[in-house]
Amino acid sequence: MSHVRLLVGTRKGAFILTSDAGRERWEVSGPHFPGWEIYHVKGSPVRPERIYASQTSGWFGQVIQRSDDGGRTWEVMGNQFGYEGVVGTHQWYDGTQHPWEFKRVWHLEPSLDDPDTVYAGVEDAALFRSTDGGRSWHELAGLRNHGKGHLWQPGAGGMGLHTIVLDPVNPGRMYIAISAAGVFRSDDGGQVWRPVTRGLKSAYELPDPDAEVGHCVHRLAMHRARPDTLFMQKHWDVLRTDDGGGMWREISGNLPTDFGFAIAVHAHEPDTIYVVPIKSDSERYPPDGRLRVYRSRSGGDEWEALGEGLPQEHCYVNVLRGAMSVDSMPSCGVYFGTTGGQIYGSRDSGDHWEAIARDLPAVLSIEAQTLP
Amino acid sequence: MIRVIIPAPLRILARVEGEVGVEVADPVTLGRVLDALEVRHPVLCGTIRDRVTGRRRPFIRFFACEQDLSHHGWETGLPAEILSGKEPLLIIGAMAGG
Repeated sequence: MSHVRLLVGTRKGAFILTSDAGRERWEVSGPHFPGWEIYHVKGSPVRPERIYASQTSGWFGQVIQRSDDGGRTWEVMGNQFGYEGVVGTHQWYDGTQHPWEFKRVWHLEPSLDDPDTVYAGVEDAALFRSTDGGRSWHELAGLRNHGKGHLWQPGAGGMGLHTIVLDPVNPGRMYIAISAAGVFRSDDGGQVWRPVTRGLKSAYELPDPDAEVGHCVHRLAMHRARPDTLFMQKHWDVLRTDDGGGMWREISGNLPTDFGFAIAVHAHEPDTIYVVPIKSDSERYPPDGRLRVYRSRSGGDEWEALGEGLPQEHCYVNVLRGAMSVDSMPSCGVYFGTTGGQIYGSRDSGDHWEAIARDLPAVLSIEAQTLP
Repeated sequence: MIRVIIPAPLRILARVEGEVGVEVADPVTLGRVLDALEVRHPVLCGTIRDRVTGRRRPFIRFFACEQDLSHHGWETGLPAEILSGKEPLLIIGAMAGG
């Protein structure tokens, strides 16, 4: 019988939540790696019991963990993330050039067809790949060397490569997104990259609103059945492209604010998308203290607020970029975590919500696995 | 045998309890003690010294016999009490909030 596993990364450890197909009762395991920041935990699509985790600390640096039994036991993998060739420089806050320095792994993306291949998005922004299950890592340096890497500069949250999206249909095509640098596409498995930012406008962030690089992309989402369509939550604006990033158009429509971090696509409806609008630029909490997911069933532009079961007063949490995911059960489950340590879930595509954990550390990421 | 005390999070990572003992041939230096520690517990590579640059991580400190060796080079010799095993080398995670 199918069941669902949520892989949760928090500021103080990882948690694994499991439930049967009904998704009414959840068993919580953890904290795994207590006290460490767990930026991301994700399972292999082809071997779901294999799970990779990014464990990091301001004191002790980066550790990569791997489980081959669904998170019951873990083994430390390799943590040598050396930039390839001449390290080079990028723009610093004061306008000078600053050498790339590895800080942490934000995102781990296991290959769609090989359990030993996994990609890592890191800060300072770069893309690494392992083909031996995480034991060794090699940079795909074509990304930083696309020609304008020296113009990238960190935002206030650091210059992290936080999103990796693999195209399930077009061999070799993949997308990555970097805070305050933009979105990039490769068509050859990560060797050669180009910015795909046409149509993005960042009037309040960049001197040239249409610049090729520098856009603060917060998150990308894709439906497997329609890989040329991507949805984006940018610092300001929600957007979509229908030609693999060739052109983006804004779909913010009637959202109460077009700022936010997380974005997700329904498992069975490629035009049903979810965002969590957040008041900004400084507040970073839900408008009016009401936590509401917004859903569009038309691929954007028209949005409905979903708040049943969510706190509708005095709620001042944030939902970070990696903290929303969907399962692929017949009635799609939608999950998100907050900086207040709550995890909310819906068993009916967002119509109704309930807290499935209330007092975890601040949630950084959630990945839902639908298991046989 | 050089006695080394490592921070609690690293003890969990290395799956050890209490002190760690490492054999280090003469001349015993701070760097060679860390080399031996990393050979015995490879999961500690990168957690005390940066994996790429080899430098001490910023919030790690090395204390020996009430001396702070954190700003000394890897070739720094260790006090006699450390060499004899009377006192442990302390690897400390600096105090910070969060």
